[in-house]
Amino acid sequence: MITKDLYERKEFRQLVKDFTRNEIVPHLDEWERQGEVPRELHKKAAELDLLGIGFEHGDLLDSVVLTEEIIQSGGSSGVMAALFTLGIAIPHIWQSGNQDLIERFAKPAIRGEKIGSLAVTEPGAGSDVAGIRTKAVKEGDHYIVNGTKTFITSGCRADFVTTAVRTGEKGHKGISLLVIEDGFTRRKLDKMGWHCSDTAELHFDDVHVPAKNLVGEENQGFALIMRQFQVERITMAVEAYATAQRALDLTVEWTRNRETFGKPLIKNQVVSHKLAEMAQKIDLARTYTREVAARVNRNEECVTEVCFAKNAAVQACGEVVDAAVQLHGGMGYMRESEVERHYRDARILGIGGGASEVMTELAARRLGFA
Amino acid sequence: MNIVVLVKQVPDTWSERKLTDADHTLDRESADAVLDEINERAVEEALQLQEAHGGEVTVIAMGPDRATDAIRKALSMGADKAIHVSDEALHGSDVLATAKVLAKAIGTVENVDLVIAGNEATDGRAGAVPAILAELLGLPQVTQLRKVTVEGTTIKGERETDEGVAFLEASLPAVVSVTEKINEPRYPSFKGIMAAKKKPVSTVTVADLGIDASEVGLSGAYTQVLEAAPKPPRSAGQRVEDGGDGGSKIAEFLVGQKLI
Ligand SMILES: Cc1cc2nc3c(=O)[nH]c(=O)nc-3n(C[C@H](O)[C@H](O)[C@H](O)COP(=O)(O)OP(=O)(O)OC[C@H]3O[C@@H](n4cnc5c(N)ncnc54)[C@H](O)[C@@H]3O)c2cc1C
Ligand SMILES: Cc1cc2nc3c(=O)[nH]c(=O)nc-3n(C[C@H](O)[C@H](O)[C@H](O)COP(=O)(O)OP(=O)(O)OC[C@H]3O[C@@H](n4cnc5c(N)ncnc54)[C@H](O)[C@@H]3O)c2cc1C
Repeated sequence: MITKDLYERKEFRQLVKDFTRNEIVPHLDEWERQGEVPRELHKKAAELDLLGIGFEHGDLLDSVVLTEEIIQSGGSSGVMAALFTLGIAIPHIWQSGNQDLIERFAKPAIRGEKIGSLAVTEPGAGSDVAGIRTKAVKEGDHYIVNGTKTFITSGCRADFVTTAVRTGEKGHKGISLLVIEDGFTRRKLDKMGWHCSDTAELHFDDVHVPAKNLVGEENQGFALIMRQFQVERITMAVEAYATAQRALDLTVEWTRNRETFGKPLIKNQVVSHKLAEMAQKIDLARTYTREVAARVNRNEECVTEVCFAKNAAVQACGEVVDAAVQLHGGMGYMRESEVERHYRDARILGIGGGASEVMTELAARRLGFA
Repeated sequence: MNIVVLVKQVPDTWSERKLTDADHTLDRESADAVLDEINERAVEEALQLQEAHGGEVTVIAMGPDRATDAIRKALSMGADKAIHVSDEALHGSDVLATAKVLAKAIGTVENVDLVIAGNEATDGRAGAVPAILAELLGLPQVTQLRKVTVEGTTIKGERETDEGVAFLEASLPAVVSVTEKINEPRYPSFKGIMAAKKKPVSTVTVADLGIDASEVGLSGAYTQVLEAAPKPPRSAGQRVEDGGDGGSKIAEFLVGQKLI
């Protein structure tokens, strides 16, 4: 049922395909070199209502189509990270129902006018979200924020940062979310992949933030963050199998055209079987992930399955992009081949949004094994 | 201003196109079908005129069941409603029958000020339908335009030819056809796509339009294709070794081909 449902979104798929081929693919190499995507791209995506999906209109299954098609039409998980950072930056704001914050931050992000980031990770706390130390102390109608956030996607470009801060006791009960616009310093980080997506370390030194920028209630931030992880994780699972699919498509093309020892590579059984195994891994990951996405979309409880989907898709992706580079031979190691980029981009998928080990631990606990 | 846009679903120019063995008509099943690109531009022009002058945009398509996809695309871009003329009897219709059917279909739309068509479909490439249609409707025709403007009840257009640019004018209602230079068509937005599902599409047969089935289709066509053969594959080129006399060898070759 779920696949049928997705196929009925054919026209939307076509739109995303056209958008990707015309507005992303011709410029991607340049953005990779520049280290960021232009603001103009946000505007263009907004004109087609792409940035509001999952908020103002559409649902998670539309986001699945969007993610699949951007990557499979020649975009990348890096483009997804850069262009759709609002997907992690505004859901807490959107769901808080706070009209002031929605008008000032969420809607401008959906219109492509403002760029938002989510800052949870710190140098001293990544997987262990409850261990964050960035402190926010209330003084009158302001919070004074001190601390450091790191690995923040779109952090260099961000007009606002939805920031996890400690407002109360140690552990998960003392965390709040504050939207911070300025007053902090940014340092751009160099990284293995996702070159078109800027990533920053943010330093907060006595930053004054209006108290009205608090999202939800004080000390309730941990639950808000955790709830959103479901969507982020399933999206990363989609990014993983879509990246694998793209890498496979490119490799099939390559092995058909590339001749060694007097015949096309694909005419070797070892190669055609390798490609079939890659296709099998991708299809299993896709079918399962789409199914779990449909359950998340129906608000069903499926934390364990989301962990499974992310880990399975990430593993499939890792194996597929590795084989894709291998089958491209020396060209697979060159910047000019697209699979080289996917190989680097894919590596983050098992680290961000909940690392694979953390996903497995969470599943083990949910299943009562740990 | 009420505008009718004539749209056609055609085989994607990127896919392999061939004729059927049975009756030498276009094999529509073997290729991906898309809204003809020139019609995307026609729809775009209609929407721009609507944005400037108000009114309603109706798309009309004649074609098999799956032409609904092309219609949806036009509605997703922003057209208001559609008429789909779909009838087995239409299979194999020539340009005269096509124009006749479209004229009748246009007749079912109230207060039409302007009919916009592409200059020619990318499959048939006859380029005659807009002119025949104008004749049948008794309306002025302003064809092959790269620019269209409407001022009051006058339509002005620019037609670019090898000889130069002609500046044309006619009074509304009129039939215009546009070329690929007319504009860059918009993408349908996500909301546009969702809204299109709810827009009215009326499907009509030739009988509904008061046309006798024998006047259209293969049997009603003025010409018949008796035989068709695929283009022979291109033969390998002739290789010229340049031993210092490459230039004159090429010249010889061109003379041999009667090209110079
Ligand atoms: C490109 C990029 C973009 C990012 N974007 C953002 C962003 O926008 N916002 C944001 O807040 N964060 C972002 N992050 C941070 C990301 O969420 C963290 O890197 C991730 O949560 C892992 O945290 P860590 O790096 O501190 O690793 P650690 O928590 O130090 O973990 C290191 C390794 O140990 C494993 N491990 C940890 N604990 C356990 C355990 N108990 N048992 C077994 N194994 C364990 C982990 O799985 C991992 O493999 C980004 C990271 C990258 C690389
Ligand atoms: C960084 C770098 C440095 C290099 N330095 C040098 C150098 O200094 N000098 C030099 O001469 N070359 C150099 N090379 C080239 C290198 O030796 C070749 O890339 C390597 O031999 C593979 O050849 P290929 O790239 O043409 O891949 P291909 O031969 O096209 O092979 C592509 C893939 O298909 C597989 N394959 C090929 N044939 C078969 C078959 N019959 N059956 C099954 N699988 C098959 C291969 O294992 C490979 O995975 C370098 C390459 C790189 C990337």
